[in-house]
This record gives sequence, C-alpha cells and structure tokens, in this order.
Amino acid sequence: MIRVILPTHLRTLAHVDGEVHLDIEGQVTQHSILNALEARYPMLRGTIRDPVTHQRRAFVRFFACAQDLSHESPDAPLLDAVATGAEPFLVVGAMAGG
Amino acid sequence: MSGVRILVGTRKGAFVLTSDTTRQRWDISGPHFAGWEIYHLKGSPIEPNRLYVSQSTGWFGQLIQRSDNGGETWEPVGNQFVYEGVPGTHQWYDGTPHPWEFARVWHLEPSLTDPDTVYAGVEDAALFRSRDGGKTWQEFPGLREHGSGPFWQPGAGGMCLHTIILDPADPERLFVAISAAGVFRTDDAGMTWRPMNHGLRSEGIPDPHAEVGHCVHRLAMHPSRPDVLFMQKHWDVMRSDNAGESWHEVSGNLPSDFGFPIDVHAHEPDTIYVIPIKSDSEHYPPDGKLRVYRSRTGGHEWEALTKGLPQRNCYVNVLRDAMGIDALDPCGVYFGTTGGQIYASANAGDSWAPIVRDLPAVLSVEVQMLP
Repeated sequence: MIRVILPTHLRTLAHVDGEVHLDIEGQVTQHSILNALEARYPMLRGTIRDPVTHQRRAFVRFFACAQDLSHESPDAPLLDAVATGAEPFLVVGAMAGG
Repeated sequence: MSGVRILVGTRKGAFVLTSDTTRQRWDISGPHFAGWEIYHLKGSPIEPNRLYVSQSTGWFGQLIQRSDNGGETWEPVGNQFVYEGVPGTHQWYDGTPHPWEFARVWHLEPSLTDPDTVYAGVEDAALFRSRDGGKTWQEFPGLREHGSGPFWQPGAGGMCLHTIILDPADPERLFVAISAAGVFRTDDAGMTWRPMNHGLRSEGIPDPHAEVGHCVHRLAMHPSRPDVLFMQKHWDVMRSDNAGESWHEVSGNLPSDFGFPIDVHAHEPDTIYVIPIKSDSEHYPPDGKLRVYRSRTGGHEWEALTKGLPQRNCYVNVLRDAMGIDALDPCGVYFGTTGGQIYASANAGDSWAPIVRDLPAVLSVEVQMLP
C-alpha cells in the first residue's frame, strides 16, 4: 500500500480527508503513483502534472523521506520506504507566495 | 422574475449573491473554491442554474467547474485546453518569438441557445468551445492562425482572449477581443476571422493605426442592436455602428478615457456605463473619487454618478469583467473592485450602495435573472 499526502486544495478537490492509500502493481515510481492517483480521482488530472505531456507543474514538488524527489526521473523506482508504505509520498505546493 | 443572482469571481474564491427583485437585501454564499483564483463564472441564459466556472492557481493549473443547481453543488469537468496542431509563436514583451502556451481561462461565455455549449477565451489568446457541458474542449484554430498571430503581444495582464460576444441575430457571428491584438469577428461560426480595428488609434505601438496590436479592454453590445458595439480600449472609449467594421471615439468629457469595463443599459441601447481610471500606470480612479460615468447618448456626453460611492481616498481598480447589468426596470448596475467591494445600483446608476465590502480582490461580476 502506498501512502500519498495531498496538499489541502487538492484534498478538497478530490473530497478526501487525510492520506490517500493506493495499491500499485509493479514498480513504484512517481509516474505509477500519479497514474493510480488520477485513475481514482479523475478531478486531479492536470493539477499535479500536465495532462498531455505529464510534465510536473512548475510549483508542485514531490517529497519523501525528507528528500526532494521533484527532479528525479518520473520513471525511477522510489525509495523502499515509500514502496512499502512505511513513509508517505508527499505532493506539495511550493512556497511561492499567493 | 423571482430575483437576481450575482456571480462574483475573486482572487481567492467565488461568491454568489442573491436577492429578490427589490434588490435591497442580499444573501451571500461563499467562498466557493476557497483559495483559488476565479477569473470568471457565468450562467446559461436559457438554463440559469447551469453555471460554468473558471478556477485556477499558479500551483495547480486550470479547472472548469459546472453546477446544475445554481451553485449549490459543483462538478469538475474537462480541463484540457490543447491548441490545434503546432501552436507556433507570438511576440513576447521584448519582441522576441515566444511559443503559444496555455495559462488559464479568462472568460466563459455560455451559448444563447444550448446550455451544453460554452465558449472559453484563454491565455495565450485562443478561443475554445465545449458542446458537452464542459467535458471536452476544442479550439477554433482559425483565430490563432490568423496571419497576424505571430505579431500579437501580451498586454500587462498576459496575452488573453477576455471578451466573447455572441450575436443574438446571427448564430454564425461572434466577436472576440484580445489584449493586445484587438477585435476579431467571424461570420462563419468560428472558421475564419477578420481583425475589426479600423479607426482605433494606440500610441503604444509602432503604427498607431495598425490592423492589429491594440489593447482592447472590453466590448459591449445591446442584444436589440447587434451592429452597435461599444469598446473600452486601454485609452479611449470607442463605438462602432457597423459591427466592428470601423470605430470612432466617444470619450467626450470623461475625466480619463482609460478604464476596463463597459456595459449597456438593459432597456436603453444608447445608455452606456464606464468607470474611468486615472492611467495605465496608476490603476485607480482620478482624484481618489470612485465615479461611474453614464452616457445616455451612446457616448460623447457623460455624467458622473457618485451618490453612494466613495468620493475621497478611494484607490481601487475595477477590472474588465467586473461589471454587470440586470434586466429589471429600472435596471440594476453592479460592479466589483480590487478592494473587494461589490457596489449595486437598483436605479440604473442614480445611486449606489455596497452589497458587501470586504471580499478578496474582485475579478468578475455576472448578473443573472432568476425565473
């Protein structure tokens, strides 16, 4: 089970409280997490990454295990702690004013 | 009519203001979509409880929300705005080529005849349409691919298509306005477009009379007279009596002819409203006095409407989509400010009172008549 923590605005949009739990078959990557997330919550399509190119939106960051994974390859395997559910995968709105 | 509903888009959410036809007491709901920029929301003219909302932030991009019950509940619909073909480039602020990139939806214009059809004006400037209630969107590439497209430049707020006017007498004819390209018209339901800027003069471009490049802020039309258009340009208030083929200035005795919104009285096609702003670098009213100006002669001669509006120390702005008119008699006039006030007049502008004073900065105001 993968644990995902969404920023407040996206939790509101998806009508979820707290963590989102996803079951992912195969390798756990940013890409596979976001695919599973968007499949369950279609309203999130386009809010975290571009719906066509799948490029991460500029002011969205991915954190896990106190590391910024935003610039890692979206197809790279994620840390074991994320893949086992020991640590959550955080989707974060960057601190950029507003 | 049972009442009036005002749809307010702000920097941090949407608000819905509702009153009976006396327009004396208002119920206020919101913020809807708290924390998101709501550039615009508008209802279908033939199915008033069908509302479309443009919701965006710099973090999470563009969403379109739809309500089928007048804003009690909302449903996210389609948010893919993909330019047709290879988008090409337009000019950037420094004159260099810049790829066309979707940023946000500035304006939503529901069809006059079909509640599932809605048009979207977007930044970077293009026109899209949905025919399935907002689920999917298709561009009209003939506009963006007009030969002048590579020379369009953004205004200070971005290169946005902000005004869409549907001709009630001719379903094939639409007008759009783009900052800073100008007015375009189609007579074949969006396939091809012609610039409609003859008579405009803009000092900020190399050729003040150029065919395109004008920073048009807003257009208005009375539905009974679709060949007559009014324009608030960056500077100058303009009028066309031939569906945009040519324009002439009607700024007359305005204290400043800079401004953003312009609108037409519900029952008097020659009565128009503007809100003068001091200048393009000082986005506030002249002399710190918030004054709506009304012309009952289709321009040239203007009277200041001040009763109930702050006449000192007022330094707010009123943005291009932030004025609306109701259809009662006398008609109501409404506008929202960047200071978060919504001002209303239930007597065609003779006197004003705030409905609410402390909203986030107001981006848009639309008015609906409730059956």
